[in-house]
Amino acid sequence: MSAPQLQGLRPDLAAIAAMIRPGTRVLDIGCGDGALLEHLVRTKGVDGRGIELSQQNVNACVARGLSVMQGDADTDLSEYPSGAFDAVILSNTIQATERPRLVLEHLLRIGRRTAVSLPNFGYWKVRLALLATGHMPRTRNLDYSWFDTPNIHLCTLSDFLDLTRLCHASVVEAHALNEKGETRAMRPGTFKAGRLGGPNLLAPGAIFLLKKA
Amino acid sequence: MSEAPKFLRPVTAPGADVGHAVHFGPDRPLALDCGRSLSHFTIAYMTYGALNADKSNAVLICHALTGDQFVASDNPVTGKPGWWTIMVGPGKPIDTDRFFVICANVVGGCMGSTGPAENDPATGDPYGLSFPLVTVRDMVRAQAMLVEQLGIAKLLAVVGGSMGGMQALQWAASYPGRVRGVMPIACAARHSAQNIAFHEVGRQAIMADPDWQGGEYQLRGTTPSKGLAVARMAAHITYLSEAALQRKFGRTLQNREALSFKFAPDFQIESYLHHQGASFVDRFDANSYLYITRAMDYFDLAADHDGHLAAAFGANAPRFCIISFTSDWLFPTAESKSIAHALNAVAANVSFVEIKTDKGHDAFLLDEPEMFGTVRGFLNALAGA
Repeated sequence: MSAPQLQGLRPDLAAIAAMIRPGTRVLDIGCGDGALLEHLVRTKGVDGRGIELSQQNVNACVARGLSVMQGDADTDLSEYPSGAFDAVILSNTIQATERPRLVLEHLLRIGRRTAVSLPNFGYWKVRLALLATGHMPRTRNLDYSWFDTPNIHLCTLSDFLDLTRLCHASVVEAHALNEKGETRAMRPGTFKAGRLGGPNLLAPGAIFLLKKA
Repeated sequence: MSEAPKFLRPVTAPGADVGHAVHFGPDRPLALDCGRSLSHFTIAYMTYGALNADKSNAVLICHALTGDQFVASDNPVTGKPGWWTIMVGPGKPIDTDRFFVICANVVGGCMGSTGPAENDPATGDPYGLSFPLVTVRDMVRAQAMLVEQLGIAKLLAVVGGSMGGMQALQWAASYPGRVRGVMPIACAARHSAQNIAFHEVGRQAIMADPDWQGGEYQLRGTTPSKGLAVARMAAHITYLSEAALQRKFGRTLQNREALSFKFAPDFQIESYLHHQGASFVDRFDANSYLYITRAMDYFDLAADHDGHLAAAFGANAPRFCIISFTSDWLFPTAESKSIAHALNAVAANVSFVEIKTDKGHDAFLLDEPEMFGTVRGFLNALAGA
């Protein structure tokens, strides 16, 4: 079952959009050029806010009429009050933060629901590349040399699931991403058991919707 | 009602547009925070571009401490180009082909708006120190009267840097229903101890000049040029960053091969500051400098709301776009961020942008393409919304 393809929106972002309820307060951390946030504001009437590090992206957001704070997830989340948002989104960013656990704890504190998407270092092509070449893998999603990658905290989906338990979060729903970024909902049995079998090997990435347990 | 403004100093650029002045009489006095009021006062202003049919495209620009209303056209007194021509004009980020731009000289100023150098109608002599202390809120109150006079019920935006940014914040706090978006640039919700300290150095330099004459220099036929120049020199250092000073001047000598072993200016930076001081006294009034620096010192938006900055902005606050510069140590980024947090606390629509530059506080007046992008995008989004 795929999330409906929304016009112009990347499939993984569309899958996150599908998790957001209309009219809610949403904080998108690492909101990029604001494509997802603008979509949520326009089509779901959410009260949307963004945090973004890059100057160019911040200006793109401002030009879209969005409310965006130029800042860093690693340092600025502590300034947000608890429960300030209905939903917090962290899309393809957690692996680039300095302290992923602290960031995730803040997300769970600030938002009633937290949507996190991330690349999977346990994907079979990544495993195979390391085994076959003996070099750090470069994939379509993670196309950097080890020495200049912004992705300093890569993990497997199972690793991430472990972190959610450390942070006392429970998984509400989860979607596996394929190479095209299309999504496929995981059966609750897959992640409720606390272990990811198939997706941890077969999916290049995933999206998790979390809440404080 | 609208007439040509009277300037303190002669017009040296006869071709330049002198703009307009509007006089408010006893029927519309300006009530001041100090408890007094001005029952006769004038606001001198410039406009650029055309007001559209539904009067929805007006952008008010607020000037900084030593600025004036000549934001985008030659200053008729100095003959120099407007102070923000890089930002405001046809096709510029604040596009006068699309927006009706208003810029007024602040009350307390010396470019045609009522200030301490003007004659007190009660005595016929210059006000001098008998002029009431004005605040940023008073300046904004006078601007709101001007905007009303121009028949504009709601501004599209209020934009300003430094003290102009303080005015933009004050607009949002005082008249949230009369402006759709505000852009405070390189400013703070309050003047810090360090900022007050620098201003006090400047004021003491002016008052220590024997030609200041207790503030009555106009009556005595003197001008405290030396004091005002020193005030400007000290202040100018605060507008630049250490890196910018080093890049621009370093230890380069001025018109000489070797150190002079005297106190004449050896270094380029000294000549530069002397020039800044000397050219400033030709265009600015010393008492005005005292009054306007005081107005900035008194600015503390939170103090007006029991210390809670968030309380200054209600639920109907306009949209905000706050800009700071990484190398601005006069109004550091942390000050702008605290405004943004206060606004977030009341769920206002706020964007915060920190521009990377080594040009210091003055960056808002300079060629900063990212700032231009932010300003253009914010205004376009406001106008399109």
